[in-house]
Amino acid sequence: MANDPSYTKQKLKVIGSRVRRPDGVDKVTGRAKYGADHNAPGQLVGLFLRSPHAHARIKKISTARAEKLSGVKAIITSEDLPDLTKGDTAARDILENCMARGRALYDGHAVAAVAAVDEQTARKALKLIKVTYELLPHVTDVDEALKPDAPVIHDYLYTNGVEPRPTKPSNLYNVAEFGHGDVDAGFAQADVVVEKSYKTEQVHQGYIEPHACVGSVNPDGTGELWVTTQGHFTYRSVCANLLGMDIAKLKVTSSEIGGGFGGKTHVWIEPVVLALSRKANRPVKAVMSREEVFRASGPASSTSIDVKIGAKKDGTITAAFAALRYQSGPFPGAIPGMPWAAIGAMTSFACYNLANVKTLGYDVVVNRPKVAAYRAPSAPMIAFAVESTMDMVAKELGIEPLDLRIKNAAREGTRACYGPVYGPIGIGATLQAVKNHPHMRARLKKNQGRGMACGFWFNFGGQTCADLNIATDGSVTLTVGTIDVGGSRASLSLIAAEELGIPYKQVKAHIGDTGSLGHNDTTEGSRGTFSSGMAIVFAARQAIEVLRERAAIMWEIPIEDIIWKDGHAKARGSKYSRLKPLSLADIAAQSPSTGGPIAGHNESVPDNAGVSFASHICDVEVDPETGGTRIIRYTVIQDAGKAIHPTYVEGQMQGGAAQGIGWALNEEYIYGDDGRLQNPGFLDYRIPVCSDLPFIDTQILEIPNPNHPYGVRGVGETSIVPPLAAIGNAISNAVGVRMDHTPMSPPRILKALEQLHAS
Amino acid sequence: MLESEAGAAFVLAGGTDLLVRMKLGHIEPALLVDIKRIPAMNSITHSARGTRIGAAVSGAELGEHKAVARAWPGVVEATNLIGSDQVQSRCTMVGNLCNASPAADSVPAMIAAGAKAVVVSRTGRRTVPVEKIVTGPGQTSLARGEVIEAIVLPARPARSGDAYLRFIPRTEMDIAVVSAGVSLTLERGRIKTARVVLGAVAPTAVLVPAAARAIIGSKLDEDALHKLAAACSAACKPIDDKRGTIEYRTKVAGVLGKRAAQIAFQRAGGA
Repeated sequence: MANDPSYTKQKLKVIGSRVRRPDGVDKVTGRAKYGADHNAPGQLVGLFLRSPHAHARIKKISTARAEKLSGVKAIITSEDLPDLTKGDTAARDILENCMARGRALYDGHAVAAVAAVDEQTARKALKLIKVTYELLPHVTDVDEALKPDAPVIHDYLYTNGVEPRPTKPSNLYNVAEFGHGDVDAGFAQADVVVEKSYKTEQVHQGYIEPHACVGSVNPDGTGELWVTTQGHFTYRSVCANLLGMDIAKLKVTSSEIGGGFGGKTHVWIEPVVLALSRKANRPVKAVMSREEVFRASGPASSTSIDVKIGAKKDGTITAAFAALRYQSGPFPGAIPGMPWAAIGAMTSFACYNLANVKTLGYDVVVNRPKVAAYRAPSAPMIAFAVESTMDMVAKELGIEPLDLRIKNAAREGTRACYGPVYGPIGIGATLQAVKNHPHMRARLKKNQGRGMACGFWFNFGGQTCADLNIATDGSVTLTVGTIDVGGSRASLSLIAAEELGIPYKQVKAHIGDTGSLGHNDTTEGSRGTFSSGMAIVFAARQAIEVLRERAAIMWEIPIEDIIWKDGHAKARGSKYSRLKPLSLADIAAQSPSTGGPIAGHNESVPDNAGVSFASHICDVEVDPETGGTRIIRYTVIQDAGKAIHPTYVEGQMQGGAAQGIGWALNEEYIYGDDGRLQNPGFLDYRIPVCSDLPFIDTQILEIPNPNHPYGVRGVGETSIVPPLAAIGNAISNAVGVRMDHTPMSPPRILKALEQLHAS
Repeated sequence: MLESEAGAAFVLAGGTDLLVRMKLGHIEPALLVDIKRIPAMNSITHSARGTRIGAAVSGAELGEHKAVARAWPGVVEATNLIGSDQVQSRCTMVGNLCNASPAADSVPAMIAAGAKAVVVSRTGRRTVPVEKIVTGPGQTSLARGEVIEAIVLPARPARSGDAYLRFIPRTEMDIAVVSAGVSLTLERGRIKTARVVLGAVAPTAVLVPAAARAIIGSKLDEDALHKLAAACSAACKPIDDKRGTIEYRTKVAGVLGKRAAQIAFQRAGGA
């Protein structure tokens, strides 16, 4: 019974209430400490010299003049970062991405770094470093990189996943296949087959807070890092490994995070800052500029995708196929064994119940920044392609697009396109909710159109470790190792309050540093509230055991006669009628004399995070003379399993939709022929501003995850998946053009309209 | 001071472009001269003879001046489009002009309005049409030691109207991909005089006399609008860049010219 993760239909009292988050006031008043707000005594300023070239051999780096400049305390290049990765190619790629080793692989690749007494000196020093480059041919486009005459970026990369093994290296480093059934036979049965190719341009997570850290390494080999990150334990092990330190001797403290969305799951400047500190023997602080964030952190893949769907007249899909080409920057995908196109391929048809399905993921290297995770990584692009094609199939068949989706929706028992058989899932319920939603019946005006689309995300559990400590006044401290990206401290406090039977306000949640807990995986895969939440459930139940023991000591009766109910120890049976229930505070007050502090603890790897589905409805208005598109109305319907804190679940649903809208309409990395990024700033990389978005309506569905005591599923990512296609479908319904390239920017839409009118 | 500085010298008004460029390390000035405390540069005077707007007057201050906003709604709305609310409390028309961006919002509206710049230096004062100030991206005709003290808008005849429109992919906080300013005066319901100016379609804002001719004498009927749009598109010499294609800018310049003319016509009391 102990630590059973099964869903139990437990009656919940405070879970689901909309309490105020503990970090809210600090964040709106400016009191919260973000990455750049930490300072250490005697700290130096760290700055990076970055390659202006997309691909170049570094023939020489002369640092002599910069070193002589007064106030410069350390300069490092790759020579100061020996390769200690012992054949771990993923670690070696991280090392090389942090600092170029012989070759600059993209515009913005770090080639040297300086620590100096102030910023002005550090800037001067950067100008005094002379780098001699020999330009090499470059390629930035995913399709170009696959052509036979494309420059081959690495002579050591041979395509993995094909038989026989290729004899020559190429930019195609992995091919992955998923699916079941016989797609050829399926297409042969179809009355209608639609095939279409798509492109999506590269986008950045667009977090407002840039990467920032203070690193301090002592001569005795210990060190500290204060940093904005989604995973301070992961940063600790990666940095320690790259620098040859013992993991436990590096303490990493995470700051508040000003957005991460996957971009802060990987290290960028941190190992170099620690190396600078080690060399200078002083703390070093570095804060990326916005330009550096765009050029040298980790945006999402740009892609090129083919989709083919066949269906019978009655709407039954007989076969589905997709080929996905994703670029991952100059290195293979950041998650070992799970490159970006492969992840995309797994998600492609996950919403549907298909007899015959096949997907192929082609992973490709190019001369762009190393790709990092971005909220449901790899899923929005393939959803754009699949869900756009679904609308085209519906049109060919003369069926409502929503009804086509309902007819083919996956359900409990469906074999997913990526292998497993689904348990209870929410796709059918979200589609039915779309059908019943008043949004679907709202009137549209001229040049307006409505579209809808579905999306899927796996969700993730991962290694988790948490503490629950009860103070002598009965107040409760939670120490968790998953950083708070979206209100998880409020949600986790609600969970502790629920289990212990105490008010929310009696609980205070902290994010512990790496010295206070065992390893916690990064806050990614929508795992924070799911995993740490489950750990808190079990930690609280362990603390309740201790509370019962202490009550037994206080009352001098057997523990078996004591139950924990409504925040009190209660003695069971009429013989104890004189014993007044003991509150948590009563027992805590006596703890010094009944055995010491009262605590609960849990370490676990919660699995089966519970897949999540969403369906979105979107109305747009297109100006046919300028191609400008406005989002008029937007509704998100998503399965949350169980919404611990509905407001913050809604916030995740709205935030995902907002980012998807930006991706759909305007955001893109624009590279010149010289391979340089032309728009590394928020003026020309256009994320939506407030006035670009309507209030995004939400509807939470709760189809319990059988593998969580309250039925929780991850909720953070799914809602970035449908918007691209929902908007593309809405544009098609508004003005009759089928957009196959994101962003669906005004020039692209106007061009498509002109082509439509010309034909 | 500006004249005697050997290094890079800049005049600081609102600083909404200059300080950003300094922070990005694009410029490293040896001298900055702040003009915000010079009384003559800080005031708006408005009378039947014309309007004088000091070089340090912020966009927000201009926007709150009801009489100027009534006489020149196009100029004021163009100036108020620069940046965000926060930027509006600092930015100035003259700064926008001297920054010499082809996409500056206030410039096409000023040129359409027939605005003149009062240029002062140690040796004297001269009055120059605004269209003669900017010579190319980041380049002006001002000599070392010369500063613009104010913008002067001419007296406004009855039955006049102006308008400025820009196309941006977002709804605000953005830079014009194409823009158009139109100012016109009516006589017996027909357009008597007009000036049409395009922004972001050439190295400088472009005054398009052919577009004005297309609507002068008309009641802004479909045919006149069509000719106006064609003249606007024909006057474009844009570039392909990250903000828009040649094809797109050329097409949309005509669309915006037409729409701005319609608004100006309506503001002038045209039916």
